[in-house]
Amino acid sequence: MTTLPATPPKQLGLVIDLDVCVGCHACAVNCKEWNSGGHAAPLTDFDAYGASPDGVWFNRIHTFEAGDGAAGRTVHFPKSCLHCAEPACVTVCPTGASFKRAADGIVLVDEAKCIGCKLCSWACPYGAREFDAAEGVMKKCTLCIDRIYNETFAPEDRVPACVAACPVGARHFGDLGDASSPVSLLVEERGGYDLMPELGYRPVNKYLPPRASQAKAGCTGAGTALSEPDDDVRPTSGFLRWVDRLLSR
Amino acid sequence: MHPATSVIFFTSASGGGLFLLALLGIFGALGFLPPDPVLGLAGFGLAFAALSAGLVSSTFHLGHPERAWRAFSQWRSSWLSREGVLAVATYVPAGLYAILWIFFGRISPVLGLLTAVLAIATVAATAMIYASLKTIQRWSNSFVLPNYLLLGWASGGAWLALIANLRLPAADLALLGFDWTAIAGLAFAALGKALYWRYIDGSRSAATPESATGLGSIGKVRLFASPHTEENYLLKEMGYRVARKHALKLRLIALGLGFTGPAILIFCATLVPGGIAVALVALAVIGNAAGTLTERWLFFAEARHTVTLYYGSEAA
Repeated sequence: MTTLPATPPKQLGLVIDLDVCVGCHACAVNCKEWNSGGHAAPLTDFDAYGASPDGVWFNRIHTFEAGDGAAGRTVHFPKSCLHCAEPACVTVCPTGASFKRAADGIVLVDEAKCIGCKLCSWACPYGAREFDAAEGVMKKCTLCIDRIYNETFAPEDRVPACVAACPVGARHFGDLGDASSPVSLLVEERGGYDLMPELGYRPVNKYLPPRASQAKAGCTGAGTALSEPDDDVRPTSGFLRWVDRLLSR
Repeated sequence: MHPATSVIFFTSASGGGLFLLALLGIFGALGFLPPDPVLGLAGFGLAFAALSAGLVSSTFHLGHPERAWRAFSQWRSSWLSREGVLAVATYVPAGLYAILWIFFGRISPVLGLLTAVLAIATVAATAMIYASLKTIQRWSNSFVLPNYLLLGWASGGAWLALIANLRLPAADLALLGFDWTAIAGLAFAALGKALYWRYIDGSRSAATPESATGLGSIGKVRLFASPHTEENYLLKEMGYRVARKHALKLRLIALGLGFTGPAILIFCATLVPGGIAVALVALAVIGNAAGTLTERWLFFAEARHTVTLYYGSEAA
């Protein structure tokens, strides 16, 4: 069914901290690695070692420059499915292959129903969906449903592959429908925002803005430079005094 | 947006075919068309051929054409599904109307009007597939729906004029009516496209690189490094760009070859005797087909998707 469910009791999603992301692409690589064998497998590659490699990825890391001069910033910007509250990718689907789960709000594709018309990818403003030409169906981020509910995993590992891989803690996973959840509190505290809010898709995933840059370093009490070595400083006892005397002769 | 040949052919052919059915339905119901079997065979034959060829070609770009039947299920939310349901539903009254006309020499006004309503609704559903995509500002505007209807009217009208000129006696007053139906459709289509192009040249999406990234508070946003070195699906499908100077030439070709030229040719046909008139209208039909395909190619090639904002576009 491509009509949307009522507001799901949970709205699982990601919070991405643009202040912290170092642009290492580890999240994208681990996403590719996990999902090549996961729910939406395979994520087909074409000409992978040739001149024009192409393939399906669920997570892409862009790098932007914002502003100019001293006020300018370079911001690494990971982008994957935002699991929108108003996902037009779901409602345009003619077959019912695209759907938003009533239980947790995750947007998925039922590959057995997908006819590969690509209209859902046209309806997504964020470029979250990528067509797999080898399989003839549309693919997208599953929020790692095969990890987050996987009871064979230790509880701390039941997070999406991208979150598990991030070496700097720039990615947070949780229930954004619950105002008291850690991710919701983080969004509240840091002023998390929606991408392209003017289009009205109401993405569940939120982005945390880079913190304001500091013009000056804080004072730690240390000197601003190392002091010059003092020629008069001489060892006053022991072996070193004997060497000093020998060399000073 | 990438202009897929199968979709360009499908929307052009089915638009003309459906409007030919609608005009046969309306004029038949009003008593302007004689229940002549040859006229019926030519008219319905051409209309069903164009519609069916279009529908079949629309499955060519699918990853799984054998599952196309599933597209009839989600008419509650999807314009693409509605288009499929309406297109197939049109065959029922149109087929009965055609059988009565061709084999029994009877024109059923009820079936004729029902055919017209469903045929026009199908073209409207096609237009709404594009007009409902908020991601593409050059499609989601109030010009797209009227333009699809006007372009269908222009093609279907020109085809009906050709058949009528071939079959009806030159002295028949109704013939003049069919010629002018085509001329009006072609002229309105030209006007509609001109207004559409003027609109898209002067407007852009509300979404910007700043809103797409949320970094506008820092300053102007520009792409520093792309996520990948080669083109991916998103750039191949949604990143298609046509050079502005080529687009302007193609607009003039579409307008002249597809609409204003054929309108003038059919107007000339109203002034000259039978044989020459048929030749002029035939030329108009060929020009209109070429111009409509050019227009439909441009409709895709000039469309800009918001995903390109993440790949260095300054506007969408």
